[in-house]
Amino acid sequence: MKCDRCPKVATLHVTEIEKGQTQELHLCEECAQKYMVTASPEPVSSANPAGMSESELEELERLVCPHCKLTFREFRSQGRLGCPQCYTAFRDELVPLLENIHGDTQHVGKFPRRAPVDSRKRYELVRLRNELQAAVAEESYEQAAKLRDQIQSLEHESADAGEA
Amino acid sequence: MELNDLVPRRGEWLRGTGSDSDIVMSSRIRLARNLAQFPFLNRADDSVRSEIERTLRRHLNELSLGGPRSYLDVSHLERLDRQFLVERQLISRELSESHGSRGVCFTEGENISLMVNEEDHLRIQVLHSGFDLDSCWQQINRIDDLLEERVTYAFSEELGYLTACPTNVGTGIRVSVLLHLPALVMTGEVKKVFQALQKINLAVRGLYGEGTQAMGDFYQISNQITLGKSEEKLIRSLKDVIPNIILYERKVRSALVKDNRAELHDKISRAYGLLRSAQSISSQETMDLLSSVRMGVNLGFIDDLSIPTVNELFIHTQPAHLQKLRKTTLDSADRNAARAGYLRHRLSPPAQGDKN
Ligand SMILES: [Zn+2]
Repeated sequence: MKCDRCPKVATLHVTEIEKGQTQELHLCEECAQKYMVTASPEPVSSANPAGMSESELEELERLVCPHCKLTFREFRSQGRLGCPQCYTAFRDELVPLLENIHGDTQHVGKFPRRAPVDSRKRYELVRLRNELQAAVAEESYEQAAKLRDQIQSLEHESADAGEA
Repeated sequence: MELNDLVPRRGEWLRGTGSDSDIVMSSRIRLARNLAQFPFLNRADDSVRSEIERTLRRHLNELSLGGPRSYLDVSHLERLDRQFLVERQLISRELSESHGSRGVCFTEGENISLMVNEEDHLRIQVLHSGFDLDSCWQQINRIDDLLEERVTYAFSEELGYLTACPTNVGTGIRVSVLLHLPALVMTGEVKKVFQALQKINLAVRGLYGEGTQAMGDFYQISNQITLGKSEEKLIRSLKDVIPNIILYERKVRSALVKDNRAELHDKISRAYGLLRSAQSISSQETMDLLSSVRMGVNLGFIDDLSIPTVNELFIHTQPAHLQKLRKTTLDSADRNAARAGYLRHRLSPPAQGDKN
């Protein structure tokens, strides 16, 4: 069998998987080497900067993270942010992107133990309220009642702390 | 432990134990973390990169990982050595190919590896044999807690752990399971599985992670979403779906044995025979034949070979491993001859290579 990319004999037969679709690929040793190196996925956010007008691109150029000086345009072409503060600087632009990728914009996982107590509590409340919503949606009323109690006691705690 | 000490050994994740290890080769969890006080790596110049590397190296060397560990300065390694670590799953291709200060810390059993200055400042990885995501999570969560006592991670209440790429933000977790699916591939049923997985936001990749093709009928299934769901929930989503794939593969294997026993036995025996007698063999052909042999051992068609040995051969016949075993660099033709020689040595009757 001939290589898909040059006239040599194919020695590598691979099944390429992309977005759940499979495609057969037959390559010679040399093209296979190249394929292994370049077969990295596209950066997620490089989606069509070419489709934008000059003024839109200038707009992206003006959006700069004050901390690391990365422009939003650079992010669009590289797919990587420059520093933790970029998430704040580009918040409005990132939210729709995050919704697109994750279907959500609020973290509900692990929380650093070193985080301040009150922010940890606030976060715990967000998490419990999410769980409550899910429990109600699933009609697990026993679970929902339990969560409601937890939320109330946490709210009381916060209120007490506020008065002290 | 020096890099060269690894050559004749095999990582614990290849030992073929654990739940459903006939089909689930390994379970893996990785966490992406960044230090709050530094920019991400594409905005870090050489001196900042070195500072991040020095900071993390110091903490990693003091961390309790339940046993001896090694730290390798990847920027000072030869290309062959870096490729060797990639084949071994201790580092990613990205860490191998990038530039500047970077390193990897790993435990003796090769279950735990911590990559410094990959796409993020720190990538923690825990790898176990078989279908065992709970152990992976328990272990990686503890390591993360210990590190967090020493460093301040970039974190926001809203978006969780902040990562260089927004695809990892939130939990920064990737939960993956490496499956061996020869029967589903043989019958073409595997495409249906991929389509179903895609619908529930799970990704399918080849043996060596992102962007690699499937080799030896191995497929990595992992979560795509990292934000808006807890780590436990993301792990649960894999724990729920993987048993169905395992069952599917088993059903198709049984059907093949029942309906095409002679044909299947012939295919497996020929694969075994070729591996034991070839004089020159490519990496790809080796993977394909080993895949048949691995299924043959699991179905009882081959009884003088153990699964850990087969698992090990998948790794030890890779190009960099062969060259490290031979202690010399080889071109492609020489590698194919060396690979065939190594396989004959390990598989020739009476299976003296099979020390397990
Ligand atoms: Zn920034």
